[in-house]
Amino acid sequence: MGIAEFFQSADVTLSAKLLEIVYLVTGLVCIYAGVRNLFDETNARRIGSGAFWCVLGLLFVVGKWIPAEAAGLLVLVMVIPAVIGQVGMGADGSKPTEAEMQEGFAALGAKIFVPAFSIGVVALVFALFTKISSLVGIAVGVLLGAVFLMVLRPKANGVRVFLEDSRRMLDIVGPLVMLPTLLAILGATFTAAGVGDVISGLVGMVIPQGNLVAGIVVYCLGMAIFTMIMGNAFAAITVMTVGIGAPFVLALGADPTIVGSLALTCGYCGTLMTPMAANFNIVPVAILEMGDEYGVIKKQVVPALVMLAFQVVMMIALVL
Amino acid sequence: MELLKLLGIVIVVVGFALKWDSILTIMAASIVTALIAGMDPLVFLQTIGTSFVSNRNMLICVVVFLLTGTLERNGLRYAARGVMDKVRNASAGMVLGAYGIFRVIFAAFNVGFGGVAGFVKPVVMPMAEASDETGGHKISERHRDALKGMASGMENVAWFFGQVLFVGTSGMLLVQGTMSDLGYSVELPQLAAIQIPVAIVAVLVTAGYYFLLDRKLCREDETQLKAEADAQRGDAQNGEVA
Repeated sequence: MGIAEFFQSADVTLSAKLLEIVYLVTGLVCIYAGVRNLFDETNARRIGSGAFWCVLGLLFVVGKWIPAEAAGLLVLVMVIPAVIGQVGMGADGSKPTEAEMQEGFAALGAKIFVPAFSIGVVALVFALFTKISSLVGIAVGVLLGAVFLMVLRPKANGVRVFLEDSRRMLDIVGPLVMLPTLLAILGATFTAAGVGDVISGLVGMVIPQGNLVAGIVVYCLGMAIFTMIMGNAFAAITVMTVGIGAPFVLALGADPTIVGSLALTCGYCGTLMTPMAANFNIVPVAILEMGDEYGVIKKQVVPALVMLAFQVVMMIALVL
Repeated sequence: MELLKLLGIVIVVVGFALKWDSILTIMAASIVTALIAGMDPLVFLQTIGTSFVSNRNMLICVVVFLLTGTLERNGLRYAARGVMDKVRNASAGMVLGAYGIFRVIFAAFNVGFGGVAGFVKPVVMPMAEASDETGGHKISERHRDALKGMASGMENVAWFFGQVLFVGTSGMLLVQGTMSDLGYSVELPQLAAIQIPVAIVAVLVTAGYYFLLDRKLCREDETQLKAEADAQRGDAQNGEVA
């Protein structure tokens, strides 16, 4: 379906049409970040950074309207600068100063919580009261929050400020912003190649197929353990759900909403217990100047184990 | 030979565990899996392209970034500090518990204050230390280190279990995408609703545990301080001898 046809078609829901506009905005924000990086003299890796963000933005703008194989090729092109370490940021000239933040606080005070909450509130309103995707709600919440800040402090919050700040956020997060998407692509490849069938064949030799409780326990503990090994619950959920969740839990008729939701947070319990998740567990040790390298993890083990047990019981209780 | 199909998974596990570049690891695992399964290159490209387009929702955070940075610029962190300052006459354990509740509520709306570097170190830790040092009580180094660990722990627990309450958080979008690949359709508000009791229990369990731990450490402070002082004196004397 072409663009004009898509937006005029009565068969396409309003939600889907609005979502495409949100993706267009997403793409333009990425392209802005790409172009700014490309011309940033202080960025030693400006070519790679510019290419990465521009191609990502381009994928958002045209991805749906070009043949799937062309989009796939663009994805491969996009990851090249990231893989060879050519995506980075220049001098962070737009970082807000303490004085700037204090000035904002003096002017707005607690009113700043209105735009801060607007994203979540509007997303929730869309989810509960409309048939339109909550992701469109997020975008509308962002827009309302931005308008609020512009109206209250028009001199400090011009359009340019928002664009520069989003570029700064993208630079800080870097190519890892793609991690969930790339893991989803990996999951799709696994499914297409039949990886899940092989795992379920193997696991079937150990745990009896048809025993829902055993399946849930293995799936939840597997999520936590795989997350501890990999340091990342996102990578674990792709692998574990295809291999164990689907054949040993979902195939027996368990509610996929309950199972999927709790499996993710079982993985988070693993994140709390592993030095592999260095950002959360090791970096704070350095920031807070603690003596014990595992000082954070040691304080998280008890809550993590309690929550893991709680969620296993909760999943069993809800699906049986 | 079916077992060879698992090579992709081995690559993911080994790659993440050995801290290879995450994107390289994932792409290598995809390509190897496709090769072993004998997938036609064109079909492989189509799988990637289709999957990217149908998973564009996972990058909704880019739209959110349009507001996050500017909120910080307009003094969000100072306003948050103002709210936390309302917690008075409390022990360090209670300060951390209050922070956990505050943090999980804001996390549910996808609002952060700068994590350990931006908020715990400059705001939460000084408040916690000051709370345990009222009335001439001194805290030992062991206790101080434990408070730092608990402050980071509270930050992590509240953020992990709080962000999953936000409809549109990338973790739940990944769950939705994974389920949809397997042929199950799940909705974001329902995925988030299941997490409400989990988040409440997680924050309460952690806050209660830290409260008790802090109380125990307070009682042990005096003996511990003495031991630490003795150890230091011992070090100093040894230093003179050497």
